[in-house]
Amino acid sequence: MSSQPLTKNIIDHEGPTGFVRYEERGGYIAVRDTVGKLDPASVLEIIKDANLRGRGGAGFPTGMKWSFVPKPDGKGHRYLVANADEMEPGTFKDRLLMEQDPHQLIEGMILSAYTLSADVGYIFIRGEYHLAISRLKEAIEQAEASGYIGHRILGSEFSFKLHVHVSAGRYICGEETALLNSLEGKRATPRTKPPFPQVSGLWGRPTIVNNVETLCNITHIVTYGAEWFRALGRGTDGGTKLFGASGRVKHPGCWELPMGTPIREILEDCAGGMADGYQLKGFLPGGASTDFLTADHLDIPMEYETIMQAGSRMGTGTMIILDDRSCPVGMIANLEKFFARESCGFCTPCREGLPWVQQVLDKIEAGNGSLSDLDILDRQAIFIGAIGNTHCAHAPGAMEPLVSGMKYFRDDFISHIEHKMCPYSAKSEAR
Amino acid sequence: MPTIIVDEKSIEAKEGANLLETLLSAGLDVPYFCWHPAMGSIGACRQCAVIGYANDEDTRGRIVMSCMTPVMDGARFSVTEDKAASFRESVIENLMLNHPHDCPVCEEGGECHLQDMTVMVGHHDRQYEGLKTTFRNQYLGPFIGHEMNRCITCYRCVRYYQDYAGGHDLNAFGSRDRVFFGRAEPGVLDNEFAGNLIEVCPTGVFTDKTFSKHYTRKWDLQSAPTVCQGCSLGCNTYTSERYGEVRRVHNRYNHEVNGYFLCDRGRFGAQHVNSVNRVPQAGVRNEAGLYDPVNLEDALASASTLIENSKHLIGIGSPRASLEANEALRQLVGAKNYCNGMTDNEQKMHQILLDVLASDLNSPSLAEVEDYDAIIIVGEDVTNHAPRLALSIRQSVRQRASDLAKDSGIALWHDAAVRELAQNELSPLIILSPMADRLDDIAQESIRLAPAGIVDRVMQIASAADGSTPSSANEIAQLLINAKKPLIVSGTSLNSLDLLKAATNLAIAVTKHNPETGIFLCASESNSLGVCLLANDQSCEQMLKDKPTTAIVLENDIYQRFDHRVLESIEHLIVLTALDDETASRAEIVLPAGSFAEAQGTFINSEGRAQRSLAVFKSKGDVTPSYQLLTRLKGEAKRASHLQADLAASNEVFESIITCAPDESFRIAGSKIARMTHRSSGRTATAANISVRESRQPEDSESALAFTMEGNQQQAPVSLRAYTWSPRWNSNQSIHKFQSEVGGPDKTTVAKSILFHQRPALTPYPLSANTDEPQYVVGQHHIFGSDPISNEAEELASLAPTPYAKMNTATALSLGLIHRSGVKCHDVEMIVLIEDDVADGCLIYPLIRATSALAGAAPSDFITIDNWVTPENVNRESLITTDGTR
Repeated sequence: MSSQPLTKNIIDHEGPTGFVRYEERGGYIAVRDTVGKLDPASVLEIIKDANLRGRGGAGFPTGMKWSFVPKPDGKGHRYLVANADEMEPGTFKDRLLMEQDPHQLIEGMILSAYTLSADVGYIFIRGEYHLAISRLKEAIEQAEASGYIGHRILGSEFSFKLHVHVSAGRYICGEETALLNSLEGKRATPRTKPPFPQVSGLWGRPTIVNNVETLCNITHIVTYGAEWFRALGRGTDGGTKLFGASGRVKHPGCWELPMGTPIREILEDCAGGMADGYQLKGFLPGGASTDFLTADHLDIPMEYETIMQAGSRMGTGTMIILDDRSCPVGMIANLEKFFARESCGFCTPCREGLPWVQQVLDKIEAGNGSLSDLDILDRQAIFIGAIGNTHCAHAPGAMEPLVSGMKYFRDDFISHIEHKMCPYSAKSEAR
Repeated sequence: MPTIIVDEKSIEAKEGANLLETLLSAGLDVPYFCWHPAMGSIGACRQCAVIGYANDEDTRGRIVMSCMTPVMDGARFSVTEDKAASFRESVIENLMLNHPHDCPVCEEGGECHLQDMTVMVGHHDRQYEGLKTTFRNQYLGPFIGHEMNRCITCYRCVRYYQDYAGGHDLNAFGSRDRVFFGRAEPGVLDNEFAGNLIEVCPTGVFTDKTFSKHYTRKWDLQSAPTVCQGCSLGCNTYTSERYGEVRRVHNRYNHEVNGYFLCDRGRFGAQHVNSVNRVPQAGVRNEAGLYDPVNLEDALASASTLIENSKHLIGIGSPRASLEANEALRQLVGAKNYCNGMTDNEQKMHQILLDVLASDLNSPSLAEVEDYDAIIIVGEDVTNHAPRLALSIRQSVRQRASDLAKDSGIALWHDAAVRELAQNELSPLIILSPMADRLDDIAQESIRLAPAGIVDRVMQIASAADGSTPSSANEIAQLLINAKKPLIVSGTSLNSLDLLKAATNLAIAVTKHNPETGIFLCASESNSLGVCLLANDQSCEQMLKDKPTTAIVLENDIYQRFDHRVLESIEHLIVLTALDDETASRAEIVLPAGSFAEAQGTFINSEGRAQRSLAVFKSKGDVTPSYQLLTRLKGEAKRASHLQADLAASNEVFESIITCAPDESFRIAGSKIARMTHRSSGRTATAANISVRESRQPEDSESALAFTMEGNQQQAPVSLRAYTWSPRWNSNQSIHKFQSEVGGPDKTTVAKSILFHQRPALTPYPLSANTDEPQYVVGQHHIFGSDPISNEAEELASLAPTPYAKMNTATALSLGLIHRSGVKCHDVEMIVLIEDDVADGCLIYPLIRATSALAGAAPSDFITIDNWVTPENVNRESLITTDGTR
């Protein structure tokens, strides 16, 4: 029983864990012990009991999500989709899992599909992850050859076919309903919920979309039980989480740590603290679409609720660090450029509103801004920022670094306007 | 019915409606773009935001999109709350970032939904300093202009074009603030209903090119409620005029007939009124055989003399002229000398239609067709012959989707969700036709058979459905019997009497087991049924056998319609026509008839519905409505309403032609109804280049409408409403202000207009199985080209097919014909097209003016032309395949 179940097979300098090593290290035992032997309903109870929450960003309880899938009606396929379209800026946790231990995801998907009575699975994967794509494809072939995937798996009534679908490359495909539209060959536009994918998902059939890391946890929960999983966390949330840090820290990287690990431990113990000569100015705790936090928040444990209370979201748990020598206005302008570019173009606030925000930020960063531009940003943030104002969560997410940035770094915005230039460019020139 | 509370007031909502529909139905002004009453909601534009409160204690509420919000009993909302109002203003502000503000040069200006919504939310101050997104426009064909820079990305166009009308070649391309709506490459839009994009688009992206050519602002148009003359369905239109020219046709909402949409023949065909082939004045043929233009009085005097001196007079009416004009002719020549101008076969076919309408079989309206969940089309080329019906059938196959959505608890207005859930699940549609059909893409089964083969197959289905225990061996019979509401569709497009008999017999057989069965039979022309009722015992061909010497022909190109041999006895020909056609060229006296836009008339459509079309403008010069020319020839001065009364007195079935619209005595508070808008500008100065004295507006003694901007408009009954406008709603979206509820019937009393109320049972027609002929020559209708009147509209004619002879490989082999070679028959030269989707033994040619000599031809008459050079400009229509590719 490892305290780092997700990365236990990822061993430095030994390359990715292939089929043989995966089985040697206890792989596929859960499938053999569960499929055809345990009732799917009781597996679902274990997942619910474990209090596993979605690792893709929203943190919705996985067991509850699964329980909304209607009972099989015998009228067609039921789908399980792994969301491997990891495109959140600063996030690279799923890549690690898929490249280094592809069978872990596959076994998690087989068990999930069994629980959900899904007969077809897709891994919807980011096109740039070519290494993960080839390793997953090879792993699926091996699993098929060994009878873990296919028709009537291990002699049971359960059949499951698994496909890797390579995304054509849009950030919005990471939104689960846009992902489904894309998978169907349609425009990658999110859908309105309800109806939820559990009721009308891929090709109108019951579908569950889960993040890669979420699905990887399933094997371990089924193997070791809900109580073990809950005990892994240091606070109220169960299990471990892949946390990461990028930016001007000594050792950028990705680490599996218990849920509830204080931010300071991740930043100082794992990432080695700030690089020499740099001070921490702020950080985005869970990817580009989360609110800034500052040095005042370092002792907060990384948990869904605690981060929420601090005014941000845990998101993907991979932090982007802003140092004192980088311009926050420039950083936010860069992020908004990304979000404006990645809008699907469906609803007005996102399609039209984000480019305007980006233009105003670019103007301020270039030293051409005025104080009334800050009013435009404030107004647009209200217009775009609330979930419900827009068709999906893309644009509200895009407003999180802007709104919090304007709160914590308002002096920087004003100094750009007053000095008609970016003060950070002056600093770098001075160096 | 749920009751909701909006800004502290109670509003009754319709079960299953969304909040936006409910608010609009209650008379509130809520701005919107992407929602459309016929297409439901998708939540793209975010314009219809209101505040929704979670419960009674909730004081803050949150923004919800009213189009995406179901109404629950007791739910509380606010439209006026500041947060919602400022959100709606922000939506417009953001939509305006890239909108070019080119209203002064935009065709939509003055009737633009975007302008209306902008004014409604109060946005006026611009803070955006950046550049605007620009696009390249595309050539989309002769009908529709494209100006993408004006686009506000509401997605209505693609939803209408693809989802509603079944088109394939208009798409959304790109993403973010650069979404482009157009074709993969420039080209003619390949959908017969593309013209509705003009009205569906809330701003000026898709515009009417035929209107732009002689553009006038909406407020300067003089309009009247008219009935489309393009086919037998009688879609309701607004036809609009300025300076004596028809400028454009818009949809006129009729919730029982065409709803919100028209076909392109109806929308663009009315330009025939402005044709260079119009007959502008009377003509009398001189001894040299040429026409002397004469004034109308002299022409009428000459005609009277000719009539008085005639040995044997016949009056040939017309199935495309109004009942009033046909009645005036009947009165002039006497009932025994009047015939309705149809061929023997046309007469017999339409008699079956009348029998069915007057029987106990269910005859649905065009709108009701959408409720049927299993349809069999028996040899009727719906899309080309009665186009608007095809659009209704496209909606009816979605019954299955509605059922699935209901089972899953998804509201039917939640359009994207319903389509996602249902995927390709469609209600069954069976098509029996000799050639590829434009509805094949939604058909469960398309069976290619020659006309006689279709009759045989339908007889088999009917016989399987007949009897107390229907045979389970016939799947189609079972499918119809077991449907909730099965519908049999047929019509006159294949010119086959047996086909109509077989279809009717099938309806009788299926009705025995399923009383919900309906039958929809498509007539040939705008008034075929009306004139068939007028003269149902005397066939035109029968009367011509008596060798009449003098004929008065009413708006009927008889030398195109009849075999010339039956017309040989006619020595003196008086022709009333609007267009210089072949019959006019043979006439001794030509009288200039008013077109539909210049004359009042009542028409009976395929459902047996009487509908009044009113004059849009006073005709120029000597051009006069036919019924007036004829009553003057008789020495009377009868008004249209007198003729209507005469008709009703002659046959009680015609009672509804009086009730279908008020007559000329109708007034609202002493006022007539204005044809012009109250904002009409410069009317008093339009003739200032001739005289600065303001000329008197012409009087209209024939209808309750006036050729002025003075008079009532807002309270006019629907049959007299000259245009749709409401304060704050300058676009056609204002229609909801006139509906009793969104998408429902008009608020004003809808007139009694259906002719038949007796419901006697119908006995099956005797039919015998056809002896198999090996080969058939079949004329195919074309939406553009087969109707000689709309074909006078230049843009429409440009899409008409060039002559072709289409057949499958086996037929071509047996006739020794090669693909794209030339073939000749009765002096008509055609290109040979070999397509496999043609019934065995059938040789298909287009029914156009150039091929009229082919009627009655046999396959053996088609002879290969030696040294034929394939023309480069073979028209696209002749090369259409069912999937829209060419």
